[in-house]
Amino acid sequence: VGLEASGGGAARGRGCFTVCPQGPELSREEKLQLRKEKKQQKKKKRSEKGTAAEPPEPGTAADPTQPRGEGPPAALGGAPRTAHPGWERPPARSKAELRAERRAKQEAERAQKQAKKAELGQGAAPAKPRLTPTEAPSVVKRLPEHVQVDDPAAQRKLAKKLERQQVPLRQDYGTKVNLFSHLHQYSRKKPLTQQMSIPSTVIHPAVVRLGLQYSQGIINGSNARCIALLEVFKQLIRDYSTPPNEELSRDLVAKLKPHISFLNQCRPLSVSMGNAIKFLKKEISCLPDTLREEEAKEKLQGTIDNYLREKIVLAAEAISKSAFEKINDNDVILVYGCSSLVNRTLCDAHAQTDRTFRVIVVDSRPRLEGRETLRRLVRHGIHCTYVMINAISYVLPEVSKVLLGAHALLANGSVMSRVGTSQIALVSKAYNVPVLVCCETYKFCERVQTDSFVSNELDDPDDLIVLRKGQAQLGGWAENKSLRLLNLVYDVTPPDLVDLVITDLGMIPCTSVPVVLRVKNVDQQ
Amino acid sequence: MEFQAVVMAAGGGSRMTDLTSSIPKPLLPVGNRPLLWYPLNLLERAGFEEVIVITRKEIQKMLNLDTKMKLDFVYISDNVDMGTADSLRHIHQKIKTDVLVLSCDLITDVDLYKVVDLFRTHDATLSMLMKKAHEPTEVAPGQKGKKKPVEQRDFIGVDDTGKRLLFMANEADLDEELVIKRSILQKHPRMHIRTGLMDAHLYCLKKYVVDFLVENRTITSLRSELIPHLVRKQFSSPTSLQQGLDNKEEGRKKKEQASLDIYSFIKEDNSLLKPAPDNSCWNDHRGDMNETLHEGKIRCYVHIMKEGLCCRVNTLALYIEANRQVPKLLLNLGLEEPLVHGSAQITDRGMVGSDSIIGSSTQIGEKTSIKHSIIGSACTIKDKVKITNCIIMNSVTIEEGYVTSLYFGPLNLLFPFPDRFLVCVFFLLTDPQSELLIARKMFLRTKSEMSLKTNKHGTYASEMV
Repeated sequence: VGLEASGGGAARGRGCFTVCPQGPELSREEKLQLRKEKKQQKKKKRSEKGTAAEPPEPGTAADPTQPRGEGPPAALGGAPRTAHPGWERPPARSKAELRAERRAKQEAERAQKQAKKAELGQGAAPAKPRLTPTEAPSVVKRLPEHVQVDDPAAQRKLAKKLERQQVPLRQDYGTKVNLFSHLHQYSRKKPLTQQMSIPSTVIHPAVVRLGLQYSQGIINGSNARCIALLEVFKQLIRDYSTPPNEELSRDLVAKLKPHISFLNQCRPLSVSMGNAIKFLKKEISCLPDTLREEEAKEKLQGTIDNYLREKIVLAAEAISKSAFEKINDNDVILVYGCSSLVNRTLCDAHAQTDRTFRVIVVDSRPRLEGRETLRRLVRHGIHCTYVMINAISYVLPEVSKVLLGAHALLANGSVMSRVGTSQIALVSKAYNVPVLVCCETYKFCERVQTDSFVSNELDDPDDLIVLRKGQAQLGGWAENKSLRLLNLVYDVTPPDLVDLVITDLGMIPCTSVPVVLRVKNVDQQ
Repeated sequence: MEFQAVVMAAGGGSRMTDLTSSIPKPLLPVGNRPLLWYPLNLLERAGFEEVIVITRKEIQKMLNLDTKMKLDFVYISDNVDMGTADSLRHIHQKIKTDVLVLSCDLITDVDLYKVVDLFRTHDATLSMLMKKAHEPTEVAPGQKGKKKPVEQRDFIGVDDTGKRLLFMANEADLDEELVIKRSILQKHPRMHIRTGLMDAHLYCLKKYVVDFLVENRTITSLRSELIPHLVRKQFSSPTSLQQGLDNKEEGRKKKEQASLDIYSFIKEDNSLLKPAPDNSCWNDHRGDMNETLHEGKIRCYVHIMKEGLCCRVNTLALYIEANRQVPKLLLNLGLEEPLVHGSAQITDRGMVGSDSIIGSSTQIGEKTSIKHSIIGSACTIKDKVKITNCIIMNSVTIEEGYVTSLYFGPLNLLFPFPDRFLVCVFFLLTDPQSELLIARKMFLRTKSEMSLKTNKHGTYASEMV
């Protein structure tokens, strides 16, 4: 109402002289006089309302511009109404006065609340309203540190945290492409162990070895990394002993944190690893206090074994079984890179059914993981073709389906996988080839991503330097100021390019991922 | 704990008896510090807190190293002739984890993490350090002609990455031909064989190797027996699985010592590399159908240093070379003690070169120039003396006006030992016409003071006081 009145009033204020009911044949001088009178009246009204509007204004620090902005139109709206007695009388209180009243009320309430807080605050620690189950939690989540590398405040916080945990901070290497300056870029030649003492005392030696294997690329692949991580955690728990006067459930989690930070510094944690860590932390903190240390440790090892078996090993079996139902006789299947699930599916399909199919392995630089896929498949006797990714439009006309692995499935149905996957999905869509993604449910993530920039990983740019005939073509890239090398690891495939996701819960469309997540959360609670 | 460090200081220094006949090798002064200080300093900088030192005599009292580490001295009596492997067997009860073995005569500024990271990352059985040997620029006095940098050549075979050690043989063990097993070439088609690499005698060994040594009493030396054995074992299968195709002779020997196969000592449950490689897409080689690392359980790695200092003080020439390199090393380490000791009284500071080391309580007179030299403690050097390229031990007096070396000549060593009053003097006479180097060696028994004179033939010890 207020807006309409002001709009109408403004319109009326501007166009008033034409709408004047006193006759269209006013002389120019009379019109001018009328205008002057109106202006004076407006000024008067404005000064009156201005005094009325001022006391509430210092109270509202939130929107100082708004009342002033709306004030003059309101005054404008108000003035012509009073100027022309022919119009309807305005309501007894104008908008500004109403606003002033509302503001006064708010002030009173606020004063009351603060008085209450002052009483309570002196007593126990203030209970954060965010944690009460009745209130909804604040929706804005804090950005994780690893996508805020160009924010010095976030980096300082990280440095402090690492110093507290006695974990060395790994330095970034080389100039980054501007679009990805918010991500870390490390060099494989400068491992984290450079800054640590040789018999590592703070970090368990198994974790140091694991971190080195991650950063040197020896353990690669989402499943492999997660399995290795859980095995190392089992060993950590075996070697852990509760200090006196401490609870195992709380102390063990605190002891695991530096190790997790160390692994994160060696190589950013994958989604599968993150989910496994969340699960483990929850299990540890839910341990009943009545258990002795030995029993508790055994129980934890048992739960880790269970998790490994159910979520990874059995899930792989289930996926492989449902996936090779999809493989028909005389199929030509295109695979990309090296995915342990896809490899297993194809090997099982070849071994357990008698369908004949052949595989086209697509590979890309700099990792050239397809060679390993090729080796494994050929070893099992599957007929394979090997091409580089620039040749996919040549091979796609003869492909019947595309089978891809995934690093993670995001909450909006996007698939996060090795860089190049979205390209393959896109070209396959153009050729009307069905795209099937195999992914276990433990890799489902609650993140939402629509592009590949926001959260990604930058690999060592020196990997792009290739030696041909004894010459390293990009060898001196660091000296050239206008040259930046980009070695992305992951990319995000939008859900409309993927036809089916094969999980251990069955075959679902991409858009059902949030449902699975919801079901999973309910299960865990 | 991850590693235990062991320093082998029991060796006799058999190749430099001139120096070591009177002083135990670990105490030999290099750059005015005992030789043992250098490996211990390397370990301390890396972050070790405890070290086991195996020595022969009661040298602990003679040492005064100011180190924060806990040194555990183990003594072996003089009568027993123990090789390095024997010493390791002697202390096997103290060894509970993987072990880092160093020799006491190693002077290096290598980044230790590079060697250890190979060991950790690949779950290796052995990881060692080597350096490209270069020709020494100086010739040791007392030796004719030029010697090869590495006396008996080692043939070292590494793979394409330069990290995996595939083959190791010493020239002494070979008759005329170098024999390479087919299995090595089948698994690693490209092998680079290098000579001229000096072994730094720094080894990271797994604990089961020590257990194997304990049982296998035939191995006496680490370097000449154990390491080649491990390198060979990488490509031979365990005895039980042996087909006997290529190693018929070895097979017979091994059947006799069936229980002494190192594979039986490897514990299966601790190999963390096992579950991951099934899923991991990493492979160390390509072009064949084999799994990564050919599923070999024993892996040997080597880190070859290209730059930096790494020398072993084995022979006289190397001792001299070490003394030349040590001032730079000490400067780079950034020690608190300056090269010129605080208590030294030097009248002309500018005449002392920047890479000369001067010990404590040494008095140096006026117009005395000292370049590239190492002067011990409690020396008295009078005025107008020029010292270039010398190593002067403790308590030596040099009278006025004498040049104590030839500018372009080799080093002169002056050794008084206050306790024994035995002085060895090596010097060289250079005949400027024919440029022949003639060495003469004189053993003199005297007090700790002696004076030198110079004449046209060079420097020699004249009258003894």
